[in-house]
Amino acid sequence: MSLKIRDLPNEELVAPGNSGCPGCGATMGARMAMKVLGSRTIMVNGTGCMTVNYGVLAAARFPYLHMLFETTGAVLSGLDAGLRSLGKREGVTLLGWAGDGGTADIGFQSLSGAVERGHKFVYICYDNESYMNTGGQRSGVTPYGASTTTCPAGKRSIGESRPMQRRKDMVEIMAAHGIPYAATASLAFPMDYMAKVKRAAEVDGPSYVHLLSPCPPGWGSNDELTVEVSRLAVETGMWILYEVVDGERKFNKRLKTLRPITDYLKTQKRFRHLLDQPEEIEKIQSFVTKRAERLGLLG
Amino acid sequence: MASVFVSGNMAAAIGARQAEVNVVAAYPITPQTSIVEYLAKFVADGELDAQTIPVESEHSAMAACIGASLAGARAFTASSSQGLALMHEPVFAAAGLRLPLVMAVANRALSHPVTIWSDHSDSMAERDSGWLQFYCETCQEVLDTIIIGYRVAEDARVLLPAMVCLDGFYLSHLSEPVSVPAIEDVRRFAPKSAPKYPILDVDDPKSIGLVISPDFFTEFVYDKHASMSMARDVTEEAFAEFERMFGRRYSHLESYRIDDAEVVLVGMGTMAGTIRVAVDGLRARGMRVGALKIKTYRPFPGEEIRRALRGARVVAVVDRAVTYGTGGIAYYDVARELVNESPHPLLLDFVAGIGGRDITVDTINRVAEQALAVSLDGRRDDVTWVDANKETLAIWGLALR
Ligand SMILES: Cc1ncc(C[n+]2csc(CCOP(=O)(O)OP(=O)(O)O)c2C)c(N)n1
Ligand code: SF4
Repeated sequence: MSLKIRDLPNEELVAPGNSGCPGCGATMGARMAMKVLGSRTIMVNGTGCMTVNYGVLAAARFPYLHMLFETTGAVLSGLDAGLRSLGKREGVTLLGWAGDGGTADIGFQSLSGAVERGHKFVYICYDNESYMNTGGQRSGVTPYGASTTTCPAGKRSIGESRPMQRRKDMVEIMAAHGIPYAATASLAFPMDYMAKVKRAAEVDGPSYVHLLSPCPPGWGSNDELTVEVSRLAVETGMWILYEVVDGERKFNKRLKTLRPITDYLKTQKRFRHLLDQPEEIEKIQSFVTKRAERLGLLG
Repeated sequence: MASVFVSGNMAAAIGARQAEVNVVAAYPITPQTSIVEYLAKFVADGELDAQTIPVESEHSAMAACIGASLAGARAFTASSSQGLALMHEPVFAAAGLRLPLVMAVANRALSHPVTIWSDHSDSMAERDSGWLQFYCETCQEVLDTIIIGYRVAEDARVLLPAMVCLDGFYLSHLSEPVSVPAIEDVRRFAPKSAPKYPILDVDDPKSIGLVISPDFFTEFVYDKHASMSMARDVTEEAFAEFERMFGRRYSHLESYRIDDAEVVLVGMGTMAGTIRVAVDGLRARGMRVGALKIKTYRPFPGEEIRRALRGARVVAVVDRAVTYGTGGIAYYDVARELVNESPHPLLLDFVAGIGGRDITVDTINRVAEQALAVSLDGRRDDVTWVDANKETLAIWGLALR
């Protein structure tokens, strides 16, 4: 990766003083993204936690639009066209920023349309694997076995029951639109993440970065451990770091071996009920191991 | 000033072209579709220098217009019925962000049952969104009102978006000779100046669309209310200037033979012309009947309504939309203005022309006859479904009251 930590500006465009929870992965992600994108960036943020985090105590030092939940892609399209029509598009980065709900569920159509039409923008989905602004309901990317308020674990419920292989895979879906750049990212690998955001901004056309964003209240994780939880997701193979550049897949973090998934699951209360159900753990472990082998992630 | 023979939809597209819109984002729906097709063709042929966004839904059409407007561009869209209903959410947001968009609405009823035919239920459902609403009667009026719409919407005293409504098929697909104002004149009439609302600008960064607590929300809403009220005068000024520059006179209300009228028939959109024809016929039969067309529906021209209807014995409002279990919708706006007048005319509520049922001279004659027959004792009948079919209802086991 060409990006060096000394290249990053000291300036904080995402200022301290936001009202996010301690240990919020999403706000960390925004801060890092803006370090590479710079102040000539216009951000469109579909409703979610960030609406509150930066919309109550305005803490952004760049143009920031808090917009309707599902409209991020469409508003970016309008901004792209509007700036072009005025001859003001040059030198401006457009950033879409939305949660997994605003991206994989309700905002899916608007994003797909914007990407298909080829507007130029960077879209970052901060994925806390649930609707957190409304208190932690499931989304189309909530992992198998996670307990949320709309798929709570209980005597007759495992929590989220959709099998691992049917989790809506946003990076693959975006890559299938034929866009020049799509990638996953992790807060435990900040230089990798920021290099990806930089690359996403440099390509010609829409680009997509999907950032796993631990959420202490939603996941029941310790708010000091957001980076650690992010790292465990990668080291267990639960989260795979890769990018799709003009259709070519490249894995950014190869692993010698996979750590057992329980190392990751046990850091979060949403998975706690699984820990005494070995057959469920085995189901997830087997999926994760096979996937890593199939992708050639190991070794 | 060139003259062309075009449909209401083409007139709408020409209006947007002459206003030199920067961005067009719209989605096809009958009977609006050809507006966006014409605009796409203008752009393809180099007659309009604009960005078109062939969005994947009306929700995104409105959202994209919001984005374009927040970039500082002049944006235009058009829709109908299901499409307008789908945009409901961003329609409110556009007004809340104070963006001076203009949208043509080719009025069509809402499903179900499925229909493509006209009534006002689609735009009426957006009545309280904070958009100005103008209802048009002729193709010329459609073209002119789009241009007037930009001037009023972009005025710093207003900064609210504007809907220009044209009855689906009756006007959208009716062709008439239309005079096209020259672009240079439109530029003088509705100049594109620097936006007077906050935009997203990297050289002047702002956070837009923040969360507002109950401590301030009322005042934001009041501000919109005050601007909408102000839009009455601003629109009047625009009408006057338009007449001076282009020779065509518009006003919030258009009255016809009401000076000595015992009964005044009130309507919006294309039915206004039918009402005037009916009035001539009724007058020829010695009945003292007049007509009042409401062109500007939001802001509602209350004072003008009171002035126009002061001397009437009976006022009959004909509505092309229903508030269920009660009656017509514009009826309420009219009644609200008159209720504290003393004495005030007797008000009658008629629903007609729903889902593409033609409002004919005969329909209006029946309205007038009932209005003339009503006694002065102040008793008010329920809404009259003047063109509902008794036989059909009887088959369904329903009686028409
Ligand atoms: C049309 C609409 N439906 C529902 C909501 C309520 N709502 C606001 S944010 C949100 C969830 C957002 O989830 P996500 O996109 O994952 O972001 P997060 O809250 O996790 O940051 C919901 C359901 C809304 N604002 N708009
Ligand atoms: S609930 Fe989760 S995503 Fe939302 S602010 Fe808190 S930590 Fe961040």
